[in-house]
Formats: sequence, C-alpha cells, structure tokens
Amino acid sequence: MKSQPIDTYASELAEDVRRAVADGSASGYDRRAASLFSDFEDPDFLRRTAGDVKQHTLENLDTYLAQTEDRLKENGVEVHWAGDAEAACRAVLKIMRDNGATKVVKSKSMATEEIHLNDFLEREGIESLETDLGEFIVQIDHDHPSHIVKPIIHKNRQGIARSYEREGLGAYDDRPEVITARARKFLRKKYLEASVGLTGANFIVAESGRLVLVTNEGNSRFCLAGTDIHIAVVGIEKVIPRDRDLSLFLSLLGRSATGQQLTVYTEFISGPRAEGQPDGPRQMHVILLDNRRTEVLASNCRDILRCIRCGACLNVCPIYRQASGHAYRSVYPGPVGAVLSPLLAGEKFSELADLPKASSLCGACKEVCPVNIPIPDLLLRLRDKAKHEGIKSPGTPPMGGWAYLASQPTVWRASLSAGRLMNLMPLNLIPVPALRAWTKSRQLPEWRGGAFRKWMKTRKIGGKDS
Amino acid sequence: MIAVDRDPSPGKKVQLMATCLCDSFFDDVAVATVEVLEYLKCEVTFPEEQTCCGQPAFNAGDWKSSRKVVRHCVKTFAGDEPVVVPSGSCAAMVFHGALLEFEEESDLPEVRQLAGRTWEIADFIVNGLRVAEWPGKFPAKAAFHRSCHTRETNSGAATRTLLESIDGLELVPFGEGEQCCGFGGTFSVTFPNISAAMGKLKLGNALKENPEYLVSGDMGCLLHLGGIATREGKTIKTRHVVQILRDSLRNGGLIP
Ligand code: SF4
Repeated sequence: MKSQPIDTYASELAEDVRRAVADGSASGYDRRAASLFSDFEDPDFLRRTAGDVKQHTLENLDTYLAQTEDRLKENGVEVHWAGDAEAACRAVLKIMRDNGATKVVKSKSMATEEIHLNDFLEREGIESLETDLGEFIVQIDHDHPSHIVKPIIHKNRQGIARSYEREGLGAYDDRPEVITARARKFLRKKYLEASVGLTGANFIVAESGRLVLVTNEGNSRFCLAGTDIHIAVVGIEKVIPRDRDLSLFLSLLGRSATGQQLTVYTEFISGPRAEGQPDGPRQMHVILLDNRRTEVLASNCRDILRCIRCGACLNVCPIYRQASGHAYRSVYPGPVGAVLSPLLAGEKFSELADLPKASSLCGACKEVCPVNIPIPDLLLRLRDKAKHEGIKSPGTPPMGGWAYLASQPTVWRASLSAGRLMNLMPLNLIPVPALRAWTKSRQLPEWRGGAFRKWMKTRKIGGKDS
Repeated sequence: MIAVDRDPSPGKKVQLMATCLCDSFFDDVAVATVEVLEYLKCEVTFPEEQTCCGQPAFNAGDWKSSRKVVRHCVKTFAGDEPVVVPSGSCAAMVFHGALLEFEEESDLPEVRQLAGRTWEIADFIVNGLRVAEWPGKFPAKAAFHRSCHTRETNSGAATRTLLESIDGLELVPFGEGEQCCGFGGTFSVTFPNISAAMGKLKLGNALKENPEYLVSGDMGCLLHLGGIATREGKTIKTRHVVQILRDSLRNGGLIP
C-alpha cells in the first residue's frame, strides 16, 4: 500500500529535525498570536481588509503594473520584464556583463530562490553570495531553505558549527554569538568586493514606485551600501496601490512572520543615488517577474497571489510541523506552497499534484493568514483539477461506487442494515490494505448500521407510539 | 468568518440530518440529538431518504461524484425548515463546501437554499433557538476538542457556552488546543503516519489534564481519537457534545 510522498517523507524524517521544525514553528505561532492580539482589538478585521486591498490590486494588476513602471522610470530606475525564470536570470546576467561585474552580494529573496538564480550565476562564472545568515548557511551546505522566513528551521547549531569548521570559518564552536560573528566577519569583506547588490522586495508601491524591504539583520543595507548597482527581482504580485497601504501591510507582516511589531530594518528605496547623495548604488534595476503568475491570475486559485510570504501558515500547519519544508519538494513549502508550487510548475503540475492533498483541511492556515487567503478552498480546487486531468493519487479510493450508493437511498438503507456499507463508509471504499493500516493505529468501533433508523421508527414520543 | 445568510429565527419544525457516521456507527449521537431537540420543543422529522452530505468525494477532489450526492441531499431535505446536523464538518460541507463545487452549476440556487437553513446543532441551539444556558447536571471533568470544520463558524463558541453553563461540568483547557486531531476523512487513509502522529499529539495533550471525557462536536474526530486511545490502552470516554447535553438533562431528571 503506497501512501502519499509527503507522508512517507515525514515517517522517515530524523527525529531531531522533526523536533526542530515542530518547535520552531510552534514558537513562531505563539509569538504571532501574542503580538497581534495584544496590539489590535480586532486583528481579523485587519486581515480581511489587507486581503481585500491585495485582491483589488490583483484584479486591477494591469493598471497598477503600468503605473508602477511609469513611477519607477521617473525615479530613474531601469525596468525589465521577465516572462519566466530563464529570462529573469538572463536579465541579471546581462546587467552584470554590461557593467563588467563578476561578484554579487544577495539579501534574502524568495523570488530569486524560485528562479534558481544562484545556480545560474555560478554556471556563468559569477560569484553570488547569500548574506542573510540562514541563507548563508544554506548556501555553504548546498542545502535548500525549508521555511520561507526561517530558511534553516530544520538545522541545529551543532550541525552549523560543523559546517563552519568544514568551510574553514573557524574551529568547532556552536555558540550562537560565535556563529553570527564569524559569518559577519567573513561577509564584511565580501560586501566591499562585490559591485552588485541583489534583493527582492516585500512590496512595491504603484503610486510612488517605492520599493520596500524588511529584514532583521541589516544585511540588505550592507548589500546596497558598498555596491554600485542594485538589482531587485520582484514578482508582479508584490504591487500595492498606495504608500499609505503600507501601514496596514507592515503592521501585519512583522507580527505574522515573527511576532515583531515591526522588523528591525524597514527600507524604503525610491531610486538610485541622487545628485548630492553621498552613497548608494548609481544604477538601479527592477526585474518584474511573471514566471506563470499571470496563469495563476487567470485560474480559480488567483487568491494565492495575495500572499505576502509571512510564513504564518507554515508555522501553524500540523502537516508542515510533522513533515518539514523539504517534504514539499519545492521552493514554497507548507500550505502556501501546496497551492502555489503546483500552479507555478505549469506543465509539470502532475509532479506536484500530491501537494494539495497534504492537508486535513483543518483551516488553521486560513485563520492566521494576514491576507485572509482561503487556502483550504484553493487546495480543494486543485484536487478537483488533478482529478479532471486524470492524475492518479496514491491511496485515494475511487469515489464512483460510493457516489452511486449515496444517491440511491433504497440500496443505501439495505446496505446499512446488512453491514455491507461497512466497506463504503467515510473511511470510504477503503481498500483492505489501507483499512488494515488505518486500524493498525486505531480501533474501529462496533458496526451499528441502521440502529438509529430503527429507533426512530419504533420509539415512543411522550408515552405514545410514534 | 464563513458567511452564511440564515434566518435568525428559524422556527421549531426541524429536519434532522443524522450523518452517515451516526447512521452506521454512532446511533446514540443521533438519538441524543432528537432527545435534545425535543426537549427544546422542536418537532423533529427524519427524511428517510438521506444518505451522506457528499463530503468524502468532495475532499478527495472527485467533485463530480460529490455533486451527485449533494443533489440527492438537496432533494431529500427539500422544504423551508431548518436542517440540523450533529456535526460541524457535515454542516460546513452543506453551507460552504457544496457552494464551492457548485460555483459553475446551474442548480447552485437550490444548493444555496439548503445551505442557508443548515445548522450545526450547538449553533442552532444557541444562535437559532437562543438558549444560552443548559439545565441539568453533569458532574465530571471534560476536555473539549473544537473540531476544525467549526473554525470561522459560530459553533465553537456556541458549544463552549453550552458546556460551560452545565452544573458540575468542568472543562479543562489543554495544550495546543487549536491544533487539528489529524482525522480529515480520507486524509487519515492516505497520510496514515502524519495522521496518527497528529492524533497522538492531540490525545497526549488532552490526557495530561486527566479528563474523564473527551468531547467534540464531530464524531469523525472522536472515531479517530477514540480509536487511537483504545489501541494504546488509554482510558478516556469519548462523547459527542449532544450526548453530554442529553445526559445532563437526564441527570437532572428533566427527561426520562
Ligand atoms: S499564504 Fe498567508 S499565511 Fe501563508 S505565507 Fe502567504 S501571507 Fe503568510
């Protein structure tokens, strides 16, 4: 009996990794709740409003994107449109080649993870270095992030200290402050050597062309302090209409992600170095990335584009907590990833069609999402899509026979009392091996099919026969 | 919140949707539902043609099969009376899930008509019949697991209101109370490991508080949690909320 890939992955996961992921997500969840509910009377109202603003933006994305481009250009920013990952990577490369640049320092960005920019640049002989501590550790380990906010949630400091030793960053020492200080020392000179600073963007404002970056380590500021060229790779769904909308989104993002009222650094970037400004990049490029976002926009799952990548849905998800991010085999894990990743996979949808099944549909993700995305509904729509496309899913019983029975009341009643329905009940149509697996960890109660109907017919109401 | 437009004073003639789980395993829950509703002076009818709400196929992604069952359900529960369900999950299927899978179907209005008068039992008692205090007594310590399909509905709060008002009943809070128990219908079959791990976590958290009863508004959760408890040799009695309500009436001598 084959179970789903994510279930198999979870069952084989090392216990210390599972613990690290479960504890890390649970603490993130607790901090989120504490900060939201202590600061706002009705956080749900904020979530719904933020969701509405984003949905409005998406539904008018053509207008807002044009406006964004105009403002960016007025601000002296060069705008590039990238249809897919390849085009975005090539655009970065071209800017670098045109300027004779060979080294780039990067701050954390999911969009560049999505287009696998580091691998691409490496193949082209360019040194691309992650400067966010977590991403830096992921990079030296040739690993992948397993959480969209805490990329190394699956690691412990002992392992990190060993990696440092291996990479010649110092003898084994697993104290967090030493780990941080060593990365800092190593990265300082790299900031000075590089001529390009690469970032993503958390938001880009249509009315002002302002780019907003939130971080906790200040590394993005360093990336832009010593370099001549700033390149930002930004998904087209990052647009918000007005500067004042930031008050809403920034209030929700920090709290939802890490339980902070505001992240330590919030940068507003309105263009390259202006006349008279002492420092900052002389060139600024924004690469607006589609990479199937317009396809998602055209689908019945477009709400997922509201996502502001806070990671709250990962933290609260019981499946994520058991399975870890790598189980999702894609850049975006957890509930958001279970919707987004198969959609972004395009013609490879079938390879990730199991992701939307990795949910008990408990709805915890929707309850915490700062932009109120109905994630369970979207998961269900993708299950329907997979079924439509004839994609087989391991372990899922066929429903045709059950549907026939459940719409034939006479047969249903007969099967109930005969106990035949047993094989067709909500654990329904379970093939014998699966039922055996099910009852390995749970005992089934006694079969009492039809007993209630009989009671209903023969009982006495207020002493009278019914 | 899941927005449902419902008649705020639904009346006392009700149709009972017993759910297929009660139809096959948990008849006493359906019996208790009838007894509780009748104590509240409701006139309960049980449409004999009923089968299932269509959720299993809906969750499995086989919407075509599910719609077939939902159409049968709509036919069976025709009329204007409120439909009362002793399950947050099945109720949510009727007033939310079905609407989703009928979005592009021509008979969406009929489905919506049923959705608009379908109530989970605790929600019906508190917000439909406006009963906020439950009489009788139930001297025991119980852990209440809010089933996940009542998230964003009024049912969780309604259930708490009722249980907390019962004389002698002590509700003990337990760790990670908001987490799912891991049942999820077919999910428990296709994700056996994760599902069981989630169930053990939930059960462990609840048992730490030494409750005598584990109470929920969904027999799915209790089928799963009770099943694990039995397998692991743990002693805890599982009860549907409505059984507690009924037993409280009995203990108080309010019904036979
Ligand atoms: S889907 Fe919502 S909760 Fe999940 S990462 Fe995106 S914004 Fe955060």
